Amino acid sequence: MAAPALLELTRLEVAYGGIHAVKGIDLIVRQGELVCLIGANGAGKTTTLKGITGLQPVKAGKIVYDGADVTGKPAFQLVRKGLSMVPEGRGVFGALTIEENLAMGAYSRRDRVAIKQDIERVFGLFPRLKERRKQTAGTLSGGEQQMLAMARAIMSRPKLLLLDEPSMGLAPLMVQKVFETILTIAAEGVTILLIEQNAKLALEVSHRGYVMESGTITLSGDARQLLSDPKVREAYLGEAV
Amino acid sequence: METFLQQIINGLTLGSVYALVALGYTMVYGIIGLINFAHGEVVMIGAMVALSVITGLLGSHASLPAVVIILAGLFVAILVCVAIAYSMEKIAYRPLRSAPRLAPLITAIGMSIVLQNVALMVWGRNYRTFPTLITPTPHIIFGAAMTDLQMLIVVLAALLMGGLVLIVQRTRLGIAMRATAQNPQVAGLMGIDINVIISAAFVIGAALAAVAGLMVMAYYGIAHYYMGFLLGLKAFTAAVLGGIGNLAGAMLGGLLLGIIEALGAGYIGDVSNVCGLSSLSDALQQKCADNDGQVSLFGSNYQDVFAFFVLILVLIFRPSGLLGERVADRA
Repeated sequence: MAAPALLELTRLEVAYGGIHAVKGIDLIVRQGELVCLIGANGAGKTTTLKGITGLQPVKAGKIVYDGADVTGKPAFQLVRKGLSMVPEGRGVFGALTIEENLAMGAYSRRDRVAIKQDIERVFGLFPRLKERRKQTAGTLSGGEQQMLAMARAIMSRPKLLLLDEPSMGLAPLMVQKVFETILTIAAEGVTILLIEQNAKLALEVSHRGYVMESGTITLSGDARQLLSDPKVREAYLGEAV
Repeated sequence: METFLQQIINGLTLGSVYALVALGYTMVYGIIGLINFAHGEVVMIGAMVALSVITGLLGSHASLPAVVIILAGLFVAILVCVAIAYSMEKIAYRPLRSAPRLAPLITAIGMSIVLQNVALMVWGRNYRTFPTLITPTPHIIFGAAMTDLQMLIVVLAALLMGGLVLIVQRTRLGIAMRATAQNPQVAGLMGIDINVIISAAFVIGAALAAVAGLMVMAYYGIAHYYMGFLLGLKAFTAAVLGGIGNLAGAMLGGLLLGIIEALGAGYIGDVSNVCGLSSLSDALQQKCADNDGQVSLFGSNYQDVFAFFVLILVLIFRPSGLLGERVADRA
């Protein structure tokens, strides 16, 4: 393993509304990697992400990002350090235009000229958004909103991107498009931690994967190996082995 | 027709003041869902501070031009109001950010009482008169009079509101304010420090309140430690009328409320004139003859009733206000 760790969770515990949802997990994401965290609904995946970005208070354990302890740091400070997150349910600002949404993605930056260039670059990736740049985000379809949420997240020029269930509620064709986009972003050198219920797709695009069950990591390793692991195939890929 | 136009002018003047104050309520509500009941007191403090500075300067440097004196008063008033609103949010409301909604609401009422009593201690309980610095020269427009001061109030308020709209629509801070109003958690994920945004809403609202305080004091010629209460309630009514949380709504609501009030005050005497029924009683007939056929049940001193009558109607028939969309989904 050559690349140094960009994100490292050590015995992380996070509570979610009185429930001990994350019960001490260890997870590592190395620079340049695409890592997925899969598991059933309610396994604690989203709570893990919320713990990392300070949206849920961390009960115990440590989060090290880019060499610094960031346990309990609020989200807005992490963005400035290059850690960006696309929340579950996309979280686009429906009453803001697409351009304004993108501008908010670049809120932590001050380099106006480069921001303008990045907006054009993002429009190159998502021509659909460019056509509708002056429209409010609330008028977009679910898939387009997911595209906007990802476009907005990369506007901060993140080193690490956390994606929470990007395929949720989307039509199969759109899911395909979302995953292509994830690969495009990863190819640009952004490290990604992907959370998904669609385990098959997630493992197919990832380098490594973690399987989460009732707040603990039960399996982890190379994504290809996990794909062929009988336990994973039975529990998450719906195959009888 | 002349009464009508005159009342429209008066209503527009007062409505401009209501609108400026209503913006302070609506910005804060739009972002943190709090009705800052102490906002009216910020207006009062603005008026009082401006008055102290202006009378002080008049006493010591009588040679200064009136414009300089007024601007100095306004400047100090804005500084004090901004400082009060900023500290109020930080000390009283921020610790209650995640508390049940009732807690900050009651704290706001408490802050209102605190500020009133501070003003009572500093400025006393007597009405204070505002020195006439601008001689009110009336200009006749279609038979109705509009004074310089009224014009100044309307134009200045319009400029300030236009400026605010520009800030909110075009600047990075303004877009961040709208983003935070929509979803504070996601705004945080964008790198927005929502505490800064919330402070900005309080600070901008307080600056507008200071201007409104000076305006209303110059218009009526008096100031009083209790003046913020009714003014605040009316501005709040204006914000609800327009749709609380909505900037355009606060402006529209303020102007409408001012006009409704002025028209109400202008016509209530005629509308409630009972001389048409004078055949019913000899005593009434006598009284009508003594008073040139004008015996009204209600006079223009009922002016204040209209604002709250409007509030009740809005709450019954259109609780989301004229331009408001969603009041209920902010739990």
